[in-house]
Amino acid sequence: MTVETSAAPPGPLGQAAAARWIGQRMPRREDPRLITGRGRYVDDDQQAGTVHAAFVRSSVARGRIAGLDISAALAAPGVLAVLTAADVNSADHQLWYTMTGPDQRAPGRVLADGDVRYVGEPVALVIAENRYLAEDAVELVDLEVDPLPPVLDMEDALRTAERVHHELDSNVAAALPPVEIPGLAERFAGAAHVFAETFRQHRYLCVPMETRGIVARWDPWTEQLELVLSGQGVHEPRLFYARLLGIPEDSIHVRMGDVGGSFGQKMFPMREEHAVVIAARVLGERPVKWIEDRVENLISGGHAREETLRVEVAVDDAGVLLAGRAHHRENVGAYPVPGNGQNGATSAGMFPGPYRWAGPGSVGYSGQAIYTNTCGHCAYRGPWMMETVGREQMMDVVARGLGIDPLEIRRRNVISRAELPFTTPTTLVYETVSPAETLEQAAELIGYQQFRRDQEQARAAGRLLGIGLSLYVEPQFGFGILGTEAATIRVEPSGKVNVYMSTGSHGQSVETTMAQIIADEMGVAIADIRIIQGDSRATPYGAGTGGSRTGAIAGGAAHAAASAMREKVTTVAGRLLEAGPDDIEMADSVASIKGDPDGPSVTLAQIAAAAYLNTDALGPDVESGLEVSKRYKAPVFMFSNACHAVTVEVDRVTGQVRILRYVISEDCGNMINPMVVEGQIAGGVAQAIGGVFYENMVYDADGNPVTTTFMDYLLPTAAEIPDFEYGHVVTPSNTPGGYKGLGEGGAIASPPALLNAVSDALAPLGVTLTEQALGPDKILALIENADTGRRSL
Amino acid sequence: MPELTGHLGEGVAADTETEVELTVNGRRRRIRVEPRKTLADAIREDLRLTGTHLGCEHGVCGACTVLLDGAAVRSCLMFALQAAGSELTTVEGLSADAASLTPLQRAFREHHGLQCGFCTPGFIVSATAFLAENPQPTDEQIREGLSGNLCRCTGYQGIVRAVRTAAAELAQTAGAGKDSQP
Repeated sequence: MTVETSAAPPGPLGQAAAARWIGQRMPRREDPRLITGRGRYVDDDQQAGTVHAAFVRSSVARGRIAGLDISAALAAPGVLAVLTAADVNSADHQLWYTMTGPDQRAPGRVLADGDVRYVGEPVALVIAENRYLAEDAVELVDLEVDPLPPVLDMEDALRTAERVHHELDSNVAAALPPVEIPGLAERFAGAAHVFAETFRQHRYLCVPMETRGIVARWDPWTEQLELVLSGQGVHEPRLFYARLLGIPEDSIHVRMGDVGGSFGQKMFPMREEHAVVIAARVLGERPVKWIEDRVENLISGGHAREETLRVEVAVDDAGVLLAGRAHHRENVGAYPVPGNGQNGATSAGMFPGPYRWAGPGSVGYSGQAIYTNTCGHCAYRGPWMMETVGREQMMDVVARGLGIDPLEIRRRNVISRAELPFTTPTTLVYETVSPAETLEQAAELIGYQQFRRDQEQARAAGRLLGIGLSLYVEPQFGFGILGTEAATIRVEPSGKVNVYMSTGSHGQSVETTMAQIIADEMGVAIADIRIIQGDSRATPYGAGTGGSRTGAIAGGAAHAAASAMREKVTTVAGRLLEAGPDDIEMADSVASIKGDPDGPSVTLAQIAAAAYLNTDALGPDVESGLEVSKRYKAPVFMFSNACHAVTVEVDRVTGQVRILRYVISEDCGNMINPMVVEGQIAGGVAQAIGGVFYENMVYDADGNPVTTTFMDYLLPTAAEIPDFEYGHVVTPSNTPGGYKGLGEGGAIASPPALLNAVSDALAPLGVTLTEQALGPDKILALIENADTGRRSL
Repeated sequence: MPELTGHLGEGVAADTETEVELTVNGRRRRIRVEPRKTLADAIREDLRLTGTHLGCEHGVCGACTVLLDGAAVRSCLMFALQAAGSELTTVEGLSADAASLTPLQRAFREHHGLQCGFCTPGFIVSATAFLAENPQPTDEQIREGLSGNLCRCTGYQGIVRAVRTAAAELAQTAGAGKDSQP
């Protein structure tokens, strides 16, 4: 079910000639190949002569390498090479990402050298004629490790003298020191009520259904490195490997076909990919392929979300937020990607969220990113989301403490559109958000008041029903390398429109949404448009698809390029129709005179033919050809927002949580394709349902991962995910087209909504919930402890 | 570049391949495979049908689902040799081209039942077998029936709707006495 409101006046739809495609639930142009098994993913690249890589990995969390004997593996059938740190960790390699730059506190290496620092760390790689033979030989490598005490827990890491990285003086990867905010202590001291709580989150994993993978081939004759990979863009790998190998950027050609999901994991190439690229460079000529298996993906593909947030808030008797303070700890493992893995700085900026607080100086935030002997942190959909997880649970803690309903306490604090522009206590400026409006829409859609009445009756009958709310503001970053994306349009001599974009779609429907924009902006038939991405030689530079930036930023580039192209097209059409460019109207790839639809007309094919093939007829002041390249520079920050509302029933006997209804009211501005918008939200919410109730990456006391298959790391199935209901509030942004990003929000607001719903259900038992994961065993323990506590009263 | 002396092997493997004959998407095919080669790898590498995907290689995710003599099986859990003499249908065998999609494939597109598309062939093959066995499923049966396949992008919203829609369409065409192949 979908409800749409557009209480704000609709913003300008760019300069679009007509909004025919934008806003439509248009079926995707990607789908025909994907539903018939004709997609082309990285493992579908089967070049002749391909050899296969498999990794020898550490089975010890921390220790010194006492021996590494590769002789038996080298002698094994089909083995071409066994490479160790001595072969690949050359001193002149630069190992840093464009986004984070070189970082002395982020020790990096391709293969483990001298010691190992987490279970799963790659130590050597075997190259063989096929993957079976490579794995056979991996078994024959004799790796001897003298174990050392591992550092696993964040608190321990701060206390112990043991170092995850002996090169560093502490286990703190990055700190966000507390800033002395004048008057903040006084605000707390003078408040009617102060609440403090520490919220914990466990290790969630991205788990794209397609694991990581790469095919690398070095051509010694042309001195070119050819890469086919599964990523979120082609340009960062190209820059990264130019630095890693010390070769010019233009010696590297990176291609990406279809990509089977990522969720942040594939934004940056990781150590195994580096090793394969170096192996290909060293061996020469034959393509080297590595397709990660699922166990590798679970233990070494990057982990996320193991964090704590200590939150303190000061409120008045009415529950109005007067001041807040938070301390954030992030477990970034041994080798986070990129850089030091810290997201606390972003969390700090976003912590005030959708609430007013009490002006500048009313919120403080500090944090630490902490190294441990576990798999390194990687980005996962909304990497900074702990601020929302902590804040939204805290709102319910305060509400319960003061005896105010969680909906009511949010109403008293939430920012409405009437207050815009609004400057947050962390100095971010909201110009086009609608937190209050989404809160009311979500409450209305879920029937909040009626549920409270139903809940009361159910409780009287001994049933445990609960409702949870969560509000958030989602940032889209437009600074640094994330600030621009580009589009190049070539109308070919045949009149076909080729659009070359810097994006790297891995499920976001970019081929559809960008075509919708171009079709409207240029007035061309959508069937004439082809979106080309994932080729570093053909497409303009860009950071790739990630950070919820494609709709607004790549969309901005599409608008700009298409608008410029329309001008060129109408100029040429004007010559052919003997009219001024401003008198030309383009629709469905046909140019005619405005106000005279039945008059003379020319097709885009005729216009293109004139522009390329009959250039003398254009006159001296018209540029020949139809080629345009435009880059859009985004505002430093853009914001979307949403409210999630969920109702649950907890089974007292089994500890199982059943989701009764799940409502999302969101505001991502103008929607290019509402079907795609809802799909992005649904995916994020399902990941949170998995994370809160089923998924949990667990290490034992020795640092061994114990959830290493899909039998242990449990992803939710269709049987666990309910139907979602959507409401759309539309407040157009100030970007071309009025779009905002929303790719991550579904996964940000949902964990606290679910946690608040379970807390609310268990409230009659006096249970306080501050931890995930909420498997049935955990819920049962909470219920039993509550019962015991009551009996002992 | 580093000196690799002492780190290079011979690269020669023994030939222990065996011939397997089977019917693939209606055509007789003969391949030579190692006895330990999984059916999934043989489909992808030897039959060159890359629509069958590998998401876990331990029988949970369902991305590698194919029809073997009409039954949905996980091709990562079988050896290619075990399929000798069988009739194998992969996702490529369900429709010849984009113009001849099955009602289920059309419904996946219409209801946004896919995003990255990696799990999609497994879902479509599984659901094809499911609907053949259970042409008029309830919503709960659909969710149960699909619970052997994992999707990470869609939250299953469009997938459940697609199967529901295809079932309704198939029921209608079956009622009209037409071909009821899902």
